[in-house]
Order: sequence, then C-alpha cells, then structure tokens
Amino acid sequence: MSAAPVLELRGITKRFPGIVANDHVDFDLLPGETHALLGENGAGKSTLMNVLYGLYHPDEGEIVVKGERLSLGSPSDAIEHGIGMVHQHFMLIPVMTVAENVVLASEPTHGKAFLDMGAAIARVEELSRRFGLTVDPRARVESITVGQQQRVEILKALYRGADILILDEPTAVLTPQEATDLFGILRSLTEQGKSVIFISHKLHEVLEIADRISVLRRGKLVETRQREGATEESLARAMVGRDVLLRVDKKPAEPGETLLAVEDLQVLDDRGLEAVRGVSFEVRAGEIVGIAGVDGNGQTQLIDAIAGLTHVESGRVLLGGRDLTGKSAKEALDAGLGHIPEDRQRRGLVLEFSLAENLVLHDYDKEPVSRLGWLRPGVLIRRAGGLLKAFDVRGGGPATRAGALSGGNQQKVVLAREIERNPSVLIAAQPTRGLDVGAIEFVHRRLVEERDEGRGILLVSLELDEILSLSDRIFVIYEGRLVAEYGPDVTEEELGIAMTGGRSKEAA
Amino acid sequence: MSEQQFEEPPRAPTGGDYAPSVAERLALYQRAGGFVTPLVTAIIAFFIGGLVVLASGSNPLSTYRAIFNGTGLNWFFPWISSADRTLAALNLQQTLLLTTPLILCGLAVAFAFRCGMFNIGGQGQYAVGSIMAVWVASAFVGMNGPLHIVLTIVVASVCGALWAGIAGLLKATVGAHEVISTIMLNWIAYWIGSWVFALGGPLQSHANGGSVPVSHDIQPNTHLHVFWGNPVLQGLHIGFFVAIAALVVYWITLNRTTLGYQVRAVGFNPEAARYGGMSVARNYVVAMAIAGGFAGLAGAIDVLGWEFRLNVNDIQVSQIGFIAIAVALLGRNTAVGVFFSALLFGALLNGTSTRHLDPSVFRPDLAGNLTLIIQGLVVLFVGADVLVLWLWSQRRKLRLARADANTAVTS
Repeated sequence: MSAAPVLELRGITKRFPGIVANDHVDFDLLPGETHALLGENGAGKSTLMNVLYGLYHPDEGEIVVKGERLSLGSPSDAIEHGIGMVHQHFMLIPVMTVAENVVLASEPTHGKAFLDMGAAIARVEELSRRFGLTVDPRARVESITVGQQQRVEILKALYRGADILILDEPTAVLTPQEATDLFGILRSLTEQGKSVIFISHKLHEVLEIADRISVLRRGKLVETRQREGATEESLARAMVGRDVLLRVDKKPAEPGETLLAVEDLQVLDDRGLEAVRGVSFEVRAGEIVGIAGVDGNGQTQLIDAIAGLTHVESGRVLLGGRDLTGKSAKEALDAGLGHIPEDRQRRGLVLEFSLAENLVLHDYDKEPVSRLGWLRPGVLIRRAGGLLKAFDVRGGGPATRAGALSGGNQQKVVLAREIERNPSVLIAAQPTRGLDVGAIEFVHRRLVEERDEGRGILLVSLELDEILSLSDRIFVIYEGRLVAEYGPDVTEEELGIAMTGGRSKEAA
Repeated sequence: MSEQQFEEPPRAPTGGDYAPSVAERLALYQRAGGFVTPLVTAIIAFFIGGLVVLASGSNPLSTYRAIFNGTGLNWFFPWISSADRTLAALNLQQTLLLTTPLILCGLAVAFAFRCGMFNIGGQGQYAVGSIMAVWVASAFVGMNGPLHIVLTIVVASVCGALWAGIAGLLKATVGAHEVISTIMLNWIAYWIGSWVFALGGPLQSHANGGSVPVSHDIQPNTHLHVFWGNPVLQGLHIGFFVAIAALVVYWITLNRTTLGYQVRAVGFNPEAARYGGMSVARNYVVAMAIAGGFAGLAGAIDVLGWEFRLNVNDIQVSQIGFIAIAVALLGRNTAVGVFFSALLFGALLNGTSTRHLDPSVFRPDLAGNLTLIIQGLVVLFVGADVLVLWLWSQRRKLRLARADANTAVTS
C-alpha cells in the first residue's frame, strides 16, 4: 500500500450560496484499495464526488490523477482520465440489451459505420469473466434484476477504461444477498488493481468492505483512518460529533385491541398489474408491525390502498371497526389514520408552502384552523410555533418555506403533523429515508413513544436495520404477498432469504 | 433515491445537467421572489423594442417619450401646464379603461396558474361574458337600473365561469390538457360571437333596417357611471373600481380561504394535495371556473362601461384575453403584480394607438406593432430567465477553466 496514490484531492473547497459544501477537503486513493467516504446527509459527500466527476468546478483546491493536475470540465473529461461513477439511480436504457447499454456512446464498429455487436458482446463477456460480474450481455436491461443492473453500470465504467470507480450508496437498492455479491465483486476489482471510492452512511457495510475510511462532517474532513480498530460507535461519533444511540431502547410490546385489519386485499398498480395479491394482517394497539421487502414488491400500493389513495380491487380495510374500503383519503384521515408518506418531498409536503401551512395539510378545513371557509392565520402561526418547538424542528419558523429545511427537519414537520392529529393507527413508510444518524435516532425514538402511547404503528421500510430494531412483529412482502411472519428476534439472514422469495418457494 | 436529493442544495442551474420543462420554468418564474425579475424583464423588452424603433429610422427616446405622453401618465407630474394636464387626463382615462379588463383577464390567467393550469382561454371567456352582457343589458326594458346592472354582471360572470369550467371539467374527468381545450373554446366563442350578431343572427339589431352586423344597444340605465371625465368622450367609469376590488378578492381568496389554500396546494404539488385529503379534480374545475368568472366579468364591465353594443368586428379583433397572458406572467400571478403589469400593457396599448401617438414622431401603425413586439418579448423572457442563469454559469465556468489553464502553463 506504499504505492503513489492514483488520485489526490487537495484542499477542495466548494461553496454554494449560504453554505460551504466542501471546506478544504483532502482525500487520496491508493491503487487497489477501497476507500469509504462516510458522512451524514449534507456533509458534502456528493458534492465532493461531483467535483471529482467534473459536474462541479471547485472554488479552490486541485485534483491530481496519476500525478497529473487536472481541470475537469465535464463527466466526459473524468471518464477520459479513468474515473467512472455508478450513480444511485442507474442511467440505463431499459429496452436495450446489456451489451448495447455498456458500449453506448463508444460502440465498436465495422468500417466506422456499422455497429459490431459481436465485438461488443465479446468485450462485455470478457470483462464480466475477469471481474466476476455475472450478467448475460444479450438480456434486455428491463428484464434483469436491480443487482444485475448495477453490474451493468459497473461494466459500463470498466468498458470506458475506468481505474477509479465511485459508487454512490450502492447498497441502497440491493437485498442483503445482492450486497454480499457486490462486495465480492468489489474485492475482485481491487485485487486486480482498480481503486474504489465507496460512499455510504451504513456503518457496518463500511467496516466490512473498506480498507480506509474518511469521515466528512459539515463539509470538513474529520478523519481518515485505517479500518482496523474502527467501530460503529466511533464512526458514528465522528459523523455526528457526539455519542449516538445506535440501538433503539424499548420495552416489549403490550398489544391491545385490533385497530387496523386488512383482509385479503388486492390492489393493482398504475399499469393495471396486480401489485398486492391477497394480503391480510392486523395491527393492534401498542405494537409496531414491520413490513420488510425489496422495493417494488407492492409496499407502495398496499399503503396507498389503506390510506384511500388508490382503488381497492377486492378485500377490506377496517380501521377501528369502520370499513374504509373504497373510501377517500379524507375519510381515512378522519377515521383516525396517520400517514408518514414514503416520499416527503413529493407527497408529504408542499415545499413552496410555509411550515404553518404544511402543518394543516389535513386539517385546513376544520376548526380552529378555519371557520366557515376562512383560514385563521393567527391560529395557524400559533399552532405551528408550538409544534415546531415540541418536535425540535430547526432551521426555520412558522413562515419558513418547507423546501428551505433539511431532510431531517422536513421529516420532523411531517411527523409533527401526523402525530398532532392523534391518530389511532400510524403508517410510517420509510420514515428515515435519506435522514442522517441524528434525525434517525429522533424519528425512531418518537415512533416507539407513540407505540407506548397505545397507537398501532405499521412500519414499512426497505432498511432491515430499521425493521429489526423497531418492530414487534415482522412480515415479509414478496411479489405482493406476505410470505413470512416473524417475531422481533429474527435474524437479518432469515429476512433476507424470505425477501427474495426463498421462503415462499419452500412453503410451496 | 434519498441521498443525492437531500445532500445537495437545490440543483439550481449551476450544473450542466439541468433541463427543466416549460412548466417547471414557468413554475420557477412564478415562485421567484421580488420585483427584480419582472422589472428586468420589462426593461430588456423595452430596450429591444427601442432597437426595433432605431432600425426603422426613428429616435427611440423621442418615440418612447411620445408614447409615454400618449398614455396620459404624465398627468401625475406636478410640473406640467394646465392645458397639458387636461389632455393628459383624457389620455389617462383611456389608459385606465384598457387597464380595467386587462386586470380582470390577467386575474383569470393568474388564478388558473396558481392551481397549476395554463388558461389560454381568457379571450373566449371574455367574449362569452360580453355577449351575455349585451344580451341581458339590452333586454328587460324598464327594469330598475342598478338591479339590471347587477343582473348583467352576475349572468356574464357565471357564463364565463361555466365556459372555462368546461375546460376544467375535461381536465378533471378525462385528463384533456387545458391548453388545448381552452384554445378550442376560444374559437367556439369567437364563432358564436360572429354568428349571433351577424346579418340575420339571433341577437342582431334590426335598427338601420337590419343592414349592420351589430347587437342591440344596451338599455341607457345600465351604463356604468362615469366618475372621471365626460361620459360623451368615453370617460372613466366605475368599472375600474370593480377591477381593483377583484384584485382584493383574488388575494383574499387565495390567501385567506380554505378554497385558496386548496387551489395553491394543488398548483404547487397535486400529489401532496391528494395525500392531504383534497380532491385534485374538483379543484381543477373550481379554479378554472373562478378564472372564467373573472374574464366574464371583464366582458360585462367593458360592455356596460363604454362599448354599449357589440358588432361582429368587436368580437373578432379583440386581443384582451391574450394580452392578459403576458399581464399574468409579468405580474408573477400576484395581485399587486397583475395590477402594475395591466397598467403597463394598458398604457402601451393606448400610448401606441393611432389616436394618441404623434405621427410626426413615430407612425402609429408601426407603434401598434411595437406593443406586440414588447408583449411577445415579455412572454419570451419569462421563459428565458433560466437561460440567462445558465449562460451566466457557463461564462463563469469558461473563465475558471481559462484561469486554470493559465496557472497550469506557468507552474
């Protein structure tokens, strides 16, 4: 590891209006190493990588790749210098084959005019063999799994000659098994001299895969250290700047009466395909029921059906004994349903509205917020003031635009609104998505408190950690069916197998 | 999904990978704060208009001064002579007469915008309002004057609302885009107006032996009171205050009622509105109807205030509803903004009209085109602010790259 670094970032500073996203950050990458970049949201990880990938120009500092000082004006410059990036959102064309996607924009040709697909396939096959990136070059991208699509992205970078691979939160979309496979691929890449920058906020993954770890906090580099001797606690402390409670403290559940009952529910998705196929379960007062599953297995449609936001094909939804099947969102809300939506920016908040306005999104037409169709601004402001304080929302007052807050504070606003309505059942869909460690701690603690208050909580999450640390009962959803039920002591491995359909095949 | 979205400050057009849709750009413009953007937009439009004047061989400064004097806005200057003031008063009355329907139709476009819809149909809604106003106000002979006026205004507004409501209903039920449906409704209104007053048409007047394609005159006691100037010389009528009141109603409805809260929520984020328990479809219909009500009101006010009768030509040459689009865009869909931009366009229309512009300075027929040019530039620049920002960031990138290249050479 004493070789000269393939990449050095020296004193990178990048300012945006009002904030310094990167403040004199030094970062280097050795040949054949995996260097993890760790930090909370807003710590400046993505900015730093966008600087490296040529999307942003740094205000200060320099980029040295293989001993050469560079000024990267665009991603194509970066690619030319052997830097490849695998984004969180894949940039693939679904209807084209794997090989076509890989060679896109630099296709092998016969006589400069005709596409040489044979050569493309051969090249892709050679790369997959060499690095263990198993994927069929002739398969259409839309027909392969998310994990395989990610391999296509990596192949794309390698095909263009990348020696330095940047992976932005690569495991966010993967099942635990796929993540394990990805780590195998990363090891084979680094063994063959490639260097990897691994961006993540999942501490255990970083500890598993990284050779060195750099931690960013508020735009500054806090530390760069060897993996040896690092613990989840020490990394969390470096990220947040204080001790963090990683495990949720909670008593065993004392479930009471059934509050939410879902009976043999069937729901179609936007394209008219069956998304939820006969789901039945109950949520009782004072318990947290977790639904684990890989994204896109019917979770969204299940939640929307309960919340009255999509049409129910058949089956029933009962809330506190009231039949809500086929009722509107308003009726569900009025019957005592709280709903922390999956996507707070697209659905949970009107970003252009003030916080005071957002806090009455459900109750704008009820006393005392309004009377006879007239809003009462004084009531709005007073109510918002109290809620913002109670939920420790920072970064603005009642008149601040919701879009101006950080993700964590936005989520606190949503949480405040939903809990303030005193719902009997609270649906929490991915309640900590995109939040940093501190905010996650807050949301988790609050959900447990609400459980102890006697509410029934339905937690739907893609994060197994979250499901495991909060839930009193756990269901696994796979292809629109609940394929398994576990107690709180289930292991991540068991859940992982059920999430990929392993369990349902056994049962069948 | 999560990380990239929340990690960065909003992905303003600093990066090269930002390609907003037209709707997004309009939305951005709508939300951009302050008076600066519209002011700069107007200044650039006038500057380019000045270049056009220059190219046509006239002096832009003296042309603009002549146009300004034609608007009557010099009435506000304390130093002008009393003879000038008398003339200025007459001019200003005409400017405000034009400003009145522009405010109302501007609100029709702006209200729909606030609900996330682009109402191109102000013209048709205005036409329906004026046709109904002429019909009602010319019938019911012997009815009490004020009552007759109120009845006329109510019928015209309701019909404008129903007319626009068709587009809202089509959007809400079958998803027909309001831009297409309002344009089509414009043409339907245009041809209805052309037919009802045409020779042999159902509302054609039989005075003059029925040889002129014109409506009956409205009843004399339905004329709106002229409070400034001579009624014979088309002084300013109290409809102006109706428009001012409409601005207040607009602001209050949007900001102080649950209806306005819903409209704004749907306009900003329909998905969040739906999640909040609102009916997005219902809001589309309601917002479109209210928008049409403003435009229908504009039609009634013009008929009762100074037109008194309509002929086929009046229906066919009117452009009020289209200029209103520029009014709403320049006024950023706020009450205050709509007032000032309606005044600006009212002044422009009047200042460049044949009656008010001194032909020795600039030919009025060319000047009318100048108004159209400025109007077009305003609409163009509304979409161009993102482009300007982008160009600015490109220039900066280029400069930085050059600086880097220089240091690389010297080091």
